[in-house]
Amino acid sequence: MKVLVCIKQVPDMESRFKANSSGNWYDEADLAFRMNEYDEYAVEQAVQLREQLGDAADVTVISIGPDRVQEALKKALAMGCDRGVHVQDPVSSLKDPWQIASIIATFAKDKGFDLIFAGMQSQDRGSAQVGVTVAEQLGYSCATTLVGFACSDGVITAKRELEGGLKGVVKLKTPALVTCQLGLNVPRYPTLPNIMKAKKKEILSIPVADILKEEALATTTSVHPPARKGGGIVLEGDLNDMAAQLIGILKEKTAVLR
Amino acid sequence: MKALLICEYREGKLLDASYELAAFADKLGAEKAMVLIGSEAEVPKVNGTVYLADAGKYGEYNPDVHKKIVLAAVERENPDYIVFVHSSYGWDLAPRVAATLKAAQISEIVNIVDGKFEVGICNSKLRRNVTPTTGKAVLTIQAGAFSVTDASQGVPQLERIDLADGASSLEFVGYEPAEKKDVDLTRAEVIVSAGRGVGKKENVPVIASLAKALGGELGASRPVVDAGWVEHSHQVGTTGQTVSPKLYVACGISGAIQHLAGMKKSDFIVAINKDKDAPIGEVADVLVVADVLQFVPALTGMLQK
Ligand SMILES: Cc1cc2nc3c(=O)[nH]c(=O)nc-3n(C[C@H](O)[C@H](O)[C@H](O)COP(=O)(O)OP(=O)(O)OC[C@H]3O[C@@H](n4cnc5c(N)ncnc54)[C@H](O)[C@@H]3O)c2cc1C
Ligand SMILES: Nc1ncnc2c1ncn2[C@@H]1O[C@H](COP(=O)(O)O)[C@@H](O)[C@H]1O
Repeated sequence: MKVLVCIKQVPDMESRFKANSSGNWYDEADLAFRMNEYDEYAVEQAVQLREQLGDAADVTVISIGPDRVQEALKKALAMGCDRGVHVQDPVSSLKDPWQIASIIATFAKDKGFDLIFAGMQSQDRGSAQVGVTVAEQLGYSCATTLVGFACSDGVITAKRELEGGLKGVVKLKTPALVTCQLGLNVPRYPTLPNIMKAKKKEILSIPVADILKEEALATTTSVHPPARKGGGIVLEGDLNDMAAQLIGILKEKTAVLR
Repeated sequence: MKALLICEYREGKLLDASYELAAFADKLGAEKAMVLIGSEAEVPKVNGTVYLADAGKYGEYNPDVHKKIVLAAVERENPDYIVFVHSSYGWDLAPRVAATLKAAQISEIVNIVDGKFEVGICNSKLRRNVTPTTGKAVLTIQAGAFSVTDASQGVPQLERIDLADGASSLEFVGYEPAEKKDVDLTRAEVIVSAGRGVGKKENVPVIASLAKALGGELGASRPVVDAGWVEHSHQVGTTGQTVSPKLYVACGISGAIQHLAGMKKSDFIVAINKDKDAPIGEVADVLVVADVLQFVPALTGMLQK
């Protein structure tokens, strides 16, 4: 079974963000990057499938972006993927989801992947489009937002998360693409021996111009901070002072403290 | 300008979120038509055309088939925009429709500013205006962002859609109900919730003690539940419970939209976060900028005195 995992590298969401000088994305200076959280579940699920099937499975992990994304690829290799593909694109953040999906689909076409894993969404852009669009472009069956996954004899049983705790179970046949939701599994931490082993694994580099044939379908006209609704009180400083102030406010404004 | 609005229907019922689509179209100033894959008894009460396909025949969830139904309505209506709610139904189906039409898709719109679509990036810490460059565009709107002002009382005009080919690559097996709750947060007057900012499972009791001191229940954000620190029945948010206590205290919670959707109707909101810019600040009546592990014990101690 040939498996592909799509991973994106994104900034740590606890960072402070500001618009870049062109006003079309955030400023990447001083940000620490890591693997998109949703994609960690995708990698873990692919690796678990590899463990289930042994050498009958082969897992390729792909990421589009500048050189720094190799770090995310290395992590995926250390988690247990077999080989990495880096589509080199220093300005991948300015591509729209249609273009990112086209790059992945162009790479995957004719390679006979039985199963593709993607994250449900990227933490920075959060369009929740790339995975499904890849499936459409390849003509694969597709299920999104998985919190449960099982695969046997080419049939995937997927548990989709709906709203309010409800779930929906679907079956689909390979070739298929699934998108992974938080909590699908428990992504492993790469161990030191596996990090060493991963250093020997191949990372193939492809310049984006070689495989991107599509124009963007949407443009960003501005990036800006949200309008602060304000009105809230901000407390800063000494712990005990703040605690006393807060208790005062709660006594005044709520009926829960008497 | 015309908008084709795709309703949501589950377990035999039209979902209320469908009316948010109408609110969005009104704000956009678009003429509306709707699509419902459901039943005649549940047709939304709006003026205008409603394309109805029978969920009994085509299934409540079957994206391959639903895509064909939506495309058939697009063919008849020729809309500029095809609009979904950004939900497990919408984000699943929208890209399939968009890809087939090769139309731009703009996801999770939170606002319309001067005719431009505004979406959040980086956990809503920044906003982005996006414009489609294709003739038609597929849009998904953030649940709760376009509120319905008055109950709709229109009279829809039904148009049926029947497909010649209902083949699908996917089989819907069934629903699995939500896990049974051991706490009912919806009845709590005070909820104190732990977020990822509490750091580890061993720190959860610090938050639970504050909940106790305030006579409330312990809540949690999703990562805390996913990591197994707290039971799922305590989760607040779109995939947990929707609560509106008299007091909600968010400890080390960033304020992602899926969390806010579950608690922003609380009467009074206190957030404790070391990051002054955390998006939770937008809904908080009081934001305490501090380390939860230092501040919460100090507060609990003072309350117990
Ligand atoms: C379809 C879908 C459904 C979802 N459903 C839900 C849901 O029902 N409920 C839910 O909560 N989420 C849900 N999520 C996840 C949601 O998007 C966020 O990932 C999640 O809410 C983040 O949880 P958090 O705020 O605890 O963690 P983070 O976003 O990691 O935030 C941690 C916060 O703690 C602060 N912090 C860190 N250390 C400290 C410290 N020592 N002292 C003080 N502050 C500190 C940080 O500044 C940060 O703001 C859903 C996501 C999706 C895609
Ligand atoms: N630059 C990228 N390289 C590889 N995979 C990506 C990239 N961008 C997005 N993806 C995949 O598509 C998913 C959804 O992303 P998005 O549509 O941006 O929310 C992510 O979770 C990844 O699996």
